[in-house]
Amino acid sequence: MPFESLSVTALGNIYLGLLALAVLLYAILDGYDLGVGVLFPPHNEQFKDDMIASIGPYWDANETWLVLAVGILLIAFPEAHSQILQTLYLPATFMLLGLILRGVSFDFRAKVPHNKKPKWDTCFKYGSILTTLSQGYMLGIWVTGLRTDIYAQGFALLAAFGVTAAYAFIGACWLILKSEGDLQAKAFYWAKRCLLVLASGILAVSLLNLTLHDEVRVLWLESPVGWVLMTIPLTCFALLLLCSVVLKKLPAAGGKGEWLPFAIALLIFGLCFAAFGISYYPYVVPGKLAFMDVLSDGNSLRFLLVGAVVVVPCILAYTVLVYRIFAGKSEKLSYY
Amino acid sequence: MDALLLSRLQFALNISFHILFPTITIALGWFLFYFKLRSNLSGHPVWMRIYRFWVRVFALTFALGVVSGVTMSFQFGTNWPGFMEKAGNIAGPLLGYEVLTAFFLEATFLGIMLFGMRRVPNWLHTLATFVVAAGTTLSAFWILSLNSWLHTPQGHEVIDGVVYAKDWSAIIFNPSFPYRFSHMLLASGLTASFLIAGLSAYRLLIGDNKIAPKLALKTATYTAAVLIPLQILAGDMHGLNTLEHQPQKVAAMEGVWETEQGAPLLLFAIPDEQERTNHAELAIPNLASFILTHELDGEIKGLNEFRGEHPPVAPVFYSFRVMVGMGVLMLFAAWAGSYYLFRRGELPGWLGKLFIAMSFSGWVATLAGWYVTEVGRQPYLVSGVLRTADAVTGLPPQNIGLSFTLYAVIYAVLMVAYIRTLTLMCRKSVGIEEISTGDADERHTNKLDIASSNA
Repeated sequence: MPFESLSVTALGNIYLGLLALAVLLYAILDGYDLGVGVLFPPHNEQFKDDMIASIGPYWDANETWLVLAVGILLIAFPEAHSQILQTLYLPATFMLLGLILRGVSFDFRAKVPHNKKPKWDTCFKYGSILTTLSQGYMLGIWVTGLRTDIYAQGFALLAAFGVTAAYAFIGACWLILKSEGDLQAKAFYWAKRCLLVLASGILAVSLLNLTLHDEVRVLWLESPVGWVLMTIPLTCFALLLLCSVVLKKLPAAGGKGEWLPFAIALLIFGLCFAAFGISYYPYVVPGKLAFMDVLSDGNSLRFLLVGAVVVVPCILAYTVLVYRIFAGKSEKLSYY
Repeated sequence: MDALLLSRLQFALNISFHILFPTITIALGWFLFYFKLRSNLSGHPVWMRIYRFWVRVFALTFALGVVSGVTMSFQFGTNWPGFMEKAGNIAGPLLGYEVLTAFFLEATFLGIMLFGMRRVPNWLHTLATFVVAAGTTLSAFWILSLNSWLHTPQGHEVIDGVVYAKDWSAIIFNPSFPYRFSHMLLASGLTASFLIAGLSAYRLLIGDNKIAPKLALKTATYTAAVLIPLQILAGDMHGLNTLEHQPQKVAAMEGVWETEQGAPLLLFAIPDEQERTNHAELAIPNLASFILTHELDGEIKGLNEFRGEHPPVAPVFYSFRVMVGMGVLMLFAAWAGSYYLFRRGELPGWLGKLFIAMSFSGWVATLAGWYVTEVGRQPYLVSGVLRTADAVTGLPPQNIGLSFTLYAVIYAVLMVAYIRTLTLMCRKSVGIEEISTGDADERHTNKLDIASSNA
């Protein structure tokens, strides 16, 4: 068996890293296409077609990162998987129903008779919103260590709106990158509004986060590395500020630097994610299950790691290839 | 109702709904690759026309498969935590390989296949079509390997009730895998063939008299005519394999209660599990023994030898007859259709209507077949290793009841929308103008004209 020399602890860390990578990529990639769904305007046909066109070639692969993330959780940390998903059974079900609705609406809206199209558009928008709210809620409950008391519920509700705002924000930034004219102008407007909500969301979640687990509070506020760690939220807020300046200046720049908001959004997602990671390592369920206690059999993990080492770089490579093929402003979607 | 029954119902609902769509796309992907290759080789626009119609069907079908598949990945943890706890060391890596090697491949290249034709060179588009087809097949490989292991587990050891992997190639290529994999791929081929033939026959019936539906009808009918005898052969071999490893399942399929030599083939019966006998038997003497052992008085073990260890008889028994009946009907339709298409270039009216009626016959046969094998595995989740009842969730039944109801409603709506959309796509294609032959290669045009004037 290859990787025989890897210790079980090393294996656990590798799988935790893979899980983190899959979740982060999911949040970014499906994040922007869910965000486009959240922003979907009910009454503007042209906007709707162009917005769908901007995510058409990607959404399917984006969603696969969720399957990978859930898969890794299931494979490497089965006990955590079943505790998380049994506690979050109903929100997970609502998320799946949302994903089903929005996923099929993509296709149905393009193929049904004209008078039925608005129905599928509605399904797309509200399916997306149901998904993002459920994901945020699940994230919130997970952060509390799967608590179900009223305080945890309140925190989870806040997280639900925070995540929805984050997705809408990165979705708007994506549209700035991929669209032109009226839709782009609208996307600037959306991005500015979402930025405000997002900034207050990040602030609130960060502060409340300190009240949930003692270890987390000690790490950030009282440990010697606390000051180094503080650069993360500080950078994050600096970026949010920078982004609001960029969003004001860009429309006058004549098409230059349209990638900037999306790039900043990527960094913000990365930083928030890093802050979560640092706060909760080595837990797969904060304060409750450490990853080493729920790790599955080393030999099975080594066997899968062989595949992962070969295949994950390939996946990343052909994902980049597809983004290059469809780079630039999106075209009207047609099958040829 | 308790959590076990509800979880089983929900899992059955989800997987039944899910399997319908991959069953189409696995083979439809290869059909598309074939259409694309014919287009590249002949340069005749009709192949691209066929490709375009069916790639739209593929896109819709694939989307339904993806969203219902995402649901599946959550079900293991939510409803069957005991399965992952005890057999996760085997199931996990196989599922992991499916996601890594197949899901990303098909989902990513689907984007190029659907929307990239004007953005990439033709060879890359052809390659993308190939990769999508290969990806769907690869995904079938892994999931059927895992499923087969549940039926015929090997290559593992059990320590304190938990399964550990010992020999991965023995696990992946477990005894029932080659049979199940070929049986399923052929089922997919037949499902896609009958869908293409059925919708093409429908287009011809409503006045779409262009070359494209005629050519698609021919391609699909001939394919079905070749695949159906192969499928009957594969099914027979799969049955022999099952007799060796899961005799109790075969006993339920054949409705044999007492071990007997020269068991009859029951064309119909009403199995009665209370009385442990059959009513209203319609039988052909010795035939079951002959089919299963290739000897007229071969011995078949009866269900009474497996008391408490055999599956519920009636669902297995009836599903098996539905599957075989559908197979016989497919054989008849495909061969009769090929005969008429070959000799006269068109289907007589009644046969065209039969094809339309059989558009989704592949679904019926595939689902029936899956019920035979999966219900036939009960009461075990992993044969001889883990009982289904020991793997179930501790969730409150009302939560499962709610999710089950919501899934059922949404799936019913999607099924209606799917079939209506397919019919609408057929009706829309009637109005499209015939390809002008001027821009096509003269030689091939002539050949196709002959083919269609035959029609």
